[in-house]
Amino acid sequence: MILLNEKLGVAIPLTVDIIDIRLHGRGGQGVMTSSYLIAEAALVEDKYVHAFPSFGPERSGAPIAAFARISNERFYVKTEIYEPDIVIVQDPTLLGQVDVAAGLKEGGLVIINTDDPSSEEVVKLRESRPDAKYATVDATKIAAEEIGIKQTNTAILGALIKLTSEGVIKLDSIKKAIMARFREEPAKKNINAINRSFAEVEI
Amino acid sequence: MARIAVTGDDAVALAAKAVNPDVVAAYPITPQTIIVERFADFVADGEVDTEFVTVESEHSAMSACVGASSVGARVFTSTASAGLMLMYEIVFIAASSRTPIVMALANRAISGPINIHGEMTDQMLLRDSGWISLFCEDNQEAHDQTIMAFKIGEHPDVLLPVAVGLDGFILSHAIEGIEKVSREEALRFIGGERKTDLKLDTSKPLSIGLLHLQDYYMEARAQIKDAQDRAKKVILDVFSEWETQTGRKYEPIESYMMEDAEYAFITMGSSAGNARTTVDELRAKGEKVGLIKIRVYRPFWSDRIVELCKNLKGLISVERAHSFGGPGAILSQDIKSALYGSGISPLLAEYTIGLGGRDTLISGYHGMYNRAKKAFEEGKNLPIFWWGVRE
Repeated sequence: MILLNEKLGVAIPLTVDIIDIRLHGRGGQGVMTSSYLIAEAALVEDKYVHAFPSFGPERSGAPIAAFARISNERFYVKTEIYEPDIVIVQDPTLLGQVDVAAGLKEGGLVIINTDDPSSEEVVKLRESRPDAKYATVDATKIAAEEIGIKQTNTAILGALIKLTSEGVIKLDSIKKAIMARFREEPAKKNINAINRSFAEVEI
Repeated sequence: MARIAVTGDDAVALAAKAVNPDVVAAYPITPQTIIVERFADFVADGEVDTEFVTVESEHSAMSACVGASSVGARVFTSTASAGLMLMYEIVFIAASSRTPIVMALANRAISGPINIHGEMTDQMLLRDSGWISLFCEDNQEAHDQTIMAFKIGEHPDVLLPVAVGLDGFILSHAIEGIEKVSREEALRFIGGERKTDLKLDTSKPLSIGLLHLQDYYMEARAQIKDAQDRAKKVILDVFSEWETQTGRKYEPIESYMMEDAEYAFITMGSSAGNARTTVDELRAKGEKVGLIKIRVYRPFWSDRIVELCKNLKGLISVERAHSFGGPGAILSQDIKSALYGSGISPLLAEYTIGLGGRDTLISGYHGMYNRAKKAFEEGKNLPIFWWGVRE
């Protein structure tokens, strides 16, 4: 059971044992790495994970998805995720092109990287699934400022951690996962980006 | 022990690193795996003592493996799908030359139409080659079985190559937690250096891979047959020793919730994880259902399958492979052969699923179960059916 950040009003009905996260982005944006980092952070906490990308045509810029399943208990299911508890949208240009909320569980959480939380696409998405909880963060800006490139795949994880009150993965765990995966200098920058999205995510 | 986050490919590469084989030969065909890419890193970084032979094709990769193994080297390679197809001529030679090469296969579809996604047909075609054939449900199994494969294949009673299959993408590219085996533990288990009398050695001259015509060919092939039979005891011993050393239990044919089961899924690889999840959900509804998981596909444990089926009303075979025009799919043919004449004959529903990476959801497993149970209750078998194919 994960309690969402109290600002979201009610707790997401995550009475399931396994948290299913689906990430949407475009080829080249590090969506797979993002799902891997979630898994690596969860393993820092000795949880059970299965995280992988959905491989379609592997082209830069093509819409792709990645998945992360996390549980405190061992689980055996090995399918892609069709009914996520949490959806992460790394690229706002996907809104209106990809049904990012497809199969989202009742009352589930959608985290969107955008510089315009009131854009037409975001509003349309909210109207299409009024039961869902929404949060936005300008991960592109954060990444550009903190990392120096518009690579949003780490920055957006700060928002995930904040919104789930560190119930899926902890801030400290993602930092350890980042430090294990990257060299010192880029690790620092990515951690700064995560700290900022943790602080700046808007509900 | 703390578990580390690795993909299935990494789990196998780390197992090979622990074993520190003398020779790895591989070719970066599409689709290769990241296994050899990682292993090339270990070589470049000086973390293994392996001679990494970069060859010009998969056919040459397997040829180099046979050559190296013939002089007594411990040899590893990896490929998938079309890469295995290009190896095929030498795959048979590897078995007949009695070279205990270990080959990891990230099981993937064989085109066409062009597709490199998850499916088991590539490894299922090893069925008649003489290779020992193992399948993995998760990354831990891929890690462990890669190490165990060396000990099985190199045993003097076996001396056969061993294939270790892990589902393409759903394991090969997926991160899970594994308990990593160290080099010290791996070498303590399989033995420091490969020891064999059957090798090219100038001090004790012999020949390997000669022409065998009508006079000796059948005898040579019969020796492979006998080695496959002897491999059963070796595999049981190796699994048992592995459990002693690591605490992780392996069986050639595994059963789950079978004690009072009326119906059971029988499957292999990561599909067993989905079937297990489905069994849990069906059990919660009061259904008496279990799971039989085939870990070792060759040699095939017919007697164990018969034993597990003796109280079943119906068996549901699920596999990511097919035999066009055959009497069932590939595994389901084996199952029928195992049961024939045993006096145990549960009703059987045969399914082919997940070709070319198509996902079969848990709801799909429920669908397969419901369809099968309905037929079983009417006393009917269900002939091979491709689940999830659009009409």
